[in-house]
Amino acid sequence: MWKTIKRWYHQLGSPRYFYRFCEAVLPWLVPVSLALLAVGLIWGLVYAPVERYQGDSYRIIYIHVPASSGALMGYIAMGVAGLVALVWRMKMAEVMLKALAPFGAALAAVSLLTGALWGKPTWGTYWQWDARMTSMLILLFLYLGIMALQNAIRDPRQAARAAALLAVVGVINVVIVKYSVEWLNTLHQGATLKVVGESSIDASMKWPLLISMAGLWLLYAANVLIRARTEVLSRERRSGWVRRLVRDEEA
Amino acid sequence: MFDPYFDSVAAFIAMGEHGFFVWSAYGLSALLIVTNMLVAVRRQGRVRAEIARQARRDGARTSPKAGTSSNSVESNQ
Amino acid sequence: MSAPTLGAVWRASLRRELTLIWRSPADIVQPLFFFVVVVSLFPLALSPKPALLALVAPGAVWVAALLAVMLSLDGLFRRDQESGALDLLLTAPVVSVVPVAAKLLAHWLLTGLPLALIAPLLGYMLQLPVAVLDTLMVSVLLGTPTLTVVGAIGAALTVGLNRGGILLAVLVLPLYVPVLVFGAGVVRTALDGLPTGGLLAVLGAILALAVSLGPVAVALGLRISAGD
Repeated sequence: MWKTIKRWYHQLGSPRYFYRFCEAVLPWLVPVSLALLAVGLIWGLVYAPVERYQGDSYRIIYIHVPASSGALMGYIAMGVAGLVALVWRMKMAEVMLKALAPFGAALAAVSLLTGALWGKPTWGTYWQWDARMTSMLILLFLYLGIMALQNAIRDPRQAARAAALLAVVGVINVVIVKYSVEWLNTLHQGATLKVVGESSIDASMKWPLLISMAGLWLLYAANVLIRARTEVLSRERRSGWVRRLVRDEEA
Repeated sequence: MFDPYFDSVAAFIAMGEHGFFVWSAYGLSALLIVTNMLVAVRRQGRVRAEIARQARRDGARTSPKAGTSSNSVESNQ
Repeated sequence: MSAPTLGAVWRASLRRELTLIWRSPADIVQPLFFFVVVVSLFPLALSPKPALLALVAPGAVWVAALLAVMLSLDGLFRRDQESGALDLLLTAPVVSVVPVAAKLLAHWLLTGLPLALIAPLLGYMLQLPVAVLDTLMVSVLLGTPTLTVVGAIGAALTVGLNRGGILLAVLVLPLYVPVLVFGAGVVRTALDGLPTGGLLAVLGAILALAVSLGPVAVALGLRISAGD
């Protein structure tokens, strides 16, 4: 099994193979992700029972939690890609780093907006500097920083390597920020009407949540593949296989 | 588990008087996500067209007899 | 010809960096001046009432110090990049971490350390009780080296870019958040009369992490900006 993983890893490291991989995967990835998302959301919005203390506004959870977790996972993936890009100088890792940022930033923004809109009916205020929201805000800034840095540097390889270093440093920071803001909030007990407790969430609510999460994460993956594929074409535009590909498509 | 929680469509939209918050949340999320996907796809189209244009120009330059009539009329800049 | 020892390189680099900064007094005075001015803005903007000021003081002093450090880092590598010294540093037959670390230490000694030394005075001006002032100084003392190192990573990645200053701020401020939270937090904890040992230890741990891994990241950042 290790052999197949190793072979897979080496193959995907080749831009040309990666392109073929995208062509094969995307046609089903997009519909499947959208379907899962639709099923999860409709189940959660229409069929799931109401939450006792919060009322129907809790249904925002079905997009809020998938977006929050997606944004966090995306940044960690960027950190891993950054590490691979710096240590092994893998071209594809640089491409992935660039591809992961925009949708991750969008998910972080979605998390903040949905969190605020959920907070107002629940706690009476749109914004609270609690651990989760503050960490997510910092995460959004980190995403935007990576995108700004890549934009500011003209040479794509230098831009990617700079972003890689920033991503690795950023991941370390994300961990420390979480602790720092949690500590900050233990000082302020405030109205901490906790979200439907993670471990004790009812089965009828757990399933739509998990399905929506799967759908949104797969949609993120599709977005990444689309962006990565474009980046590969752009970087390899001078190479034979790209020229042949484009010429065949024109015919 | 398979009958809707809400009694009527109106009740569904109202979301127990939290309708504004729920639908704004989902609306904004859809906006952000859909826009992001569209931008990604649009950019892909643009890059492809750019590469195709460049390939056509190179093709016309290297082989004088190649290229369709539309290519030869196209100005080179 | 034998290569110089790391110790010799360290001492020579440190001497060079200290001399360079010392010769340009503006680099030392400007951050201090900025620090004092920004702290003075808070009573004007918020309220001169002593009770209120004392509450705001830890955060105000810390934010001002943080911004002062960040601004001072903007030109950290610019002079060397323009003179070509940076390229020499990167191609020299020596692990580039050593001269980089020396540069960071020199920078902190002449910018961060002075901030820590006058912080108690500024805290006093913001009506902080005298008993808390030593905690304030220690927190700034522990925090500014971390801020210097982390900020230098950003400076290394943005050296030579247009509008590098703004970009530096965008990159570095989110990275500064934990130090700010714990730094201002320990002073507020002291204000409440609670024990501060744990938080100071956390600041120390972050400092240890930054000082051990940071210079490597800075050197790598410089390499990346030089086109590797």
